[in-house]
Amino acid sequence: MPGPSRVLHSLRQLLRHRALIQSLVARELKARYRASVLGVIWSFLNPLLLLLIYTFVFSVVLPGSPSRQIDHFPLFLFCGILPWTWFSSSLLESANVLVAGGALLRKVLFPAEVLPLVTVFAGLVHFALGLPILIAFILYYRVPITADIAWLPLVVLDQLLLTIGLALIVSSLTVHFRDLRDLLGNVLTLAFFATPIVYPLSLAPEWARPLLALNPFTHLAVAYQEVLVLPGPFSGWPSLITLGVLSLVVCAVGYVVFDRLRDTFAEEV
Amino acid sequence: MNAIEVRDVRKVYRRYGRRTQFGTLKSALLSRGRARESNDATTFEAVRGVSFDVAQGKTFGLVGRNGSGKSTMLKLIAGIGKPTSGEVHVHGRVSALIELGAGFHPEISGRDNVFINGMMLGLSKREVATRFDEIVAFADMQDFIDAPVKTYSSGMYMRLGFSVAINVDPDVLLVDEVLAVGDEAFTHKCLDKFADFRRRGKTVLLVTHMLDLVTRFCDEALWLDHGVTRAHGDPKRVIDAYRLDVAAEENRTMSAQPAIDSGGGNDAPSDMSTAREGRWGSREAEILGVEFLRTDGTAAHVFQSGEPVEIRLRVRAHRRLTDFVFGVGIFSADGVCCYGTNTDIEGAQPAEFSGDANVGFHLDSLALIEGSYKIDVAVHRRDGTPYDYHRQLHTIRIASQWKDTGVFRPPHRWTFSSGIRITGL
Repeated sequence: MPGPSRVLHSLRQLLRHRALIQSLVARELKARYRASVLGVIWSFLNPLLLLLIYTFVFSVVLPGSPSRQIDHFPLFLFCGILPWTWFSSSLLESANVLVAGGALLRKVLFPAEVLPLVTVFAGLVHFALGLPILIAFILYYRVPITADIAWLPLVVLDQLLLTIGLALIVSSLTVHFRDLRDLLGNVLTLAFFATPIVYPLSLAPEWARPLLALNPFTHLAVAYQEVLVLPGPFSGWPSLITLGVLSLVVCAVGYVVFDRLRDTFAEEV
Repeated sequence: MNAIEVRDVRKVYRRYGRRTQFGTLKSALLSRGRARESNDATTFEAVRGVSFDVAQGKTFGLVGRNGSGKSTMLKLIAGIGKPTSGEVHVHGRVSALIELGAGFHPEISGRDNVFINGMMLGLSKREVATRFDEIVAFADMQDFIDAPVKTYSSGMYMRLGFSVAINVDPDVLLVDEVLAVGDEAFTHKCLDKFADFRRRGKTVLLVTHMLDLVTRFCDEALWLDHGVTRAHGDPKRVIDAYRLDVAAEENRTMSAQPAIDSGGGNDAPSDMSTAREGRWGSREAEILGVEFLRTDGTAAHVFQSGEPVEIRLRVRAHRRLTDFVFGVGIFSADGVCCYGTNTDIEGAQPAEFSGDANVGFHLDSLALIEGSYKIDVAVHRRDGTPYDYHRQLHTIRIASQWKDTGVFRPPHRWTFSSGIRITGL
């Protein structure tokens, strides 16, 4: 298990490179939207279009139980899809990020962990840009905004830590096991449906719930929904705090794995 | 005080083809991330037990053929990759000019790239900001700094990369063959910058094929050959040893080529200027072999400019001949005839040639500039009808310590009256 000094060291590293990470995230966003007509509007448009597709599928094509049993189904859906997009795209991109940054790793003495971190933080920015749309939806459906929203930063923090930890693991292992990239895509598709995003947890069959509870993103998705959309005071905070601790452990493990493999990157990418 | 210490360093790479360094996830996590040595078939030893020190404030040159392990060594010193065994210590901030502009993002402006690149190389944002104007001015990029990097020419790209890296202001600067990036003016600027570095007591390690640069700039040099140290010490001595070895190898490869191929018809091409190389003639007399001999009688293909040489033809007459001329021509690589003569031009009267014989053409001084030369040799009738004509079938190489230009190098000397003091001639 990682010693506390290692974790401390990794935090110091992170702090030391924060300006670089910041600039790289900015570069990522700038570069992405350069030369596209709509530019940064795509950050809003992408989740919106995705929402449109899902709403169409689940209320028109498959007008099954979830869409009928939930008020404001599109809002509910969006509330889950927005953080999921951040999570899944960060992991998918980080599977590629070290190989893509090969020139840097081979030619420049460069803190490699910066690369997956930039991916996760760039995802966070996209997520944050999506929040105003979410708020607009909430206002449109006249869902009352309660004091529960104060929990939101903690939910986001949990997700950030979890994603960083997993991104470190995925990015470093993919250098040696490229198969992970393809595997990951499928695992994420499975995880998407094993997370109460297109259906509420309450509609999952009784037997499946313990299994869903094993999926860390289930707790995140439920927390987002309860804090932002679903009525009633937020009761899930104990699991939120447990998840926070767990995410810290994932982060630490991720760093250790990354650190072990660090010296091999320059040769393998 | 040593700025760089390299102790018995070995670096083993896996050969291309093995799928991965680690067979399993478990081995990846447990084996501490170093290339395991398995056996010779699967590994390649790029550096085999090299040790040296570079004292602080010295400029150190690393030379060697391609694939001798120079760049690997440099990367190990830069900390990009770890030695398989042995130790590398570097004291102070290191900046490595290995690939210039690595990490530039093509879509964003030069300005943004300078900031990000500077921070990647270890500067803080504020440090980049204070050096920004200097960086841009050094690269001479004021007019283009806000354009996206993808619009830059490769020279501009390299210049900007160089400028960022050198303005990191390292204590130890590692340079890998990057001086060839700019035009002449920029190269001079770079050399000035290096000189400035030396004055301020910084350490420079230079990997280069520009050997003159090493003798001119370095305090010490090391010659790597197949991953081992061949020579180490005074740059002039090391470079000379290296040059000699390169010449000896060229000799070996040139003599390995068959000197005469038996191909080629017997008819001379109607237009001699289109005949680049070949062999023709009636073969009533034949040139069986051509050798280039030093004064000590050993055959060679590489000579120093100004060295005496004998071109020796081994010839055979298949019947008794009374009408024969021997000729020799020397052509530069681009086909210019540097010199040509034959026994008839020089007024010789042929009497008799029969059986096997040798013909020697002696040059007291091979007064040619550096380069490769093609040699024509021939035996023919006085009216030009060839018995055996070898057109540019033989090659020699002239090495020279001078980079003079022209077609030939006449023996010469310089004199200066009082009022001019000059050394080195």
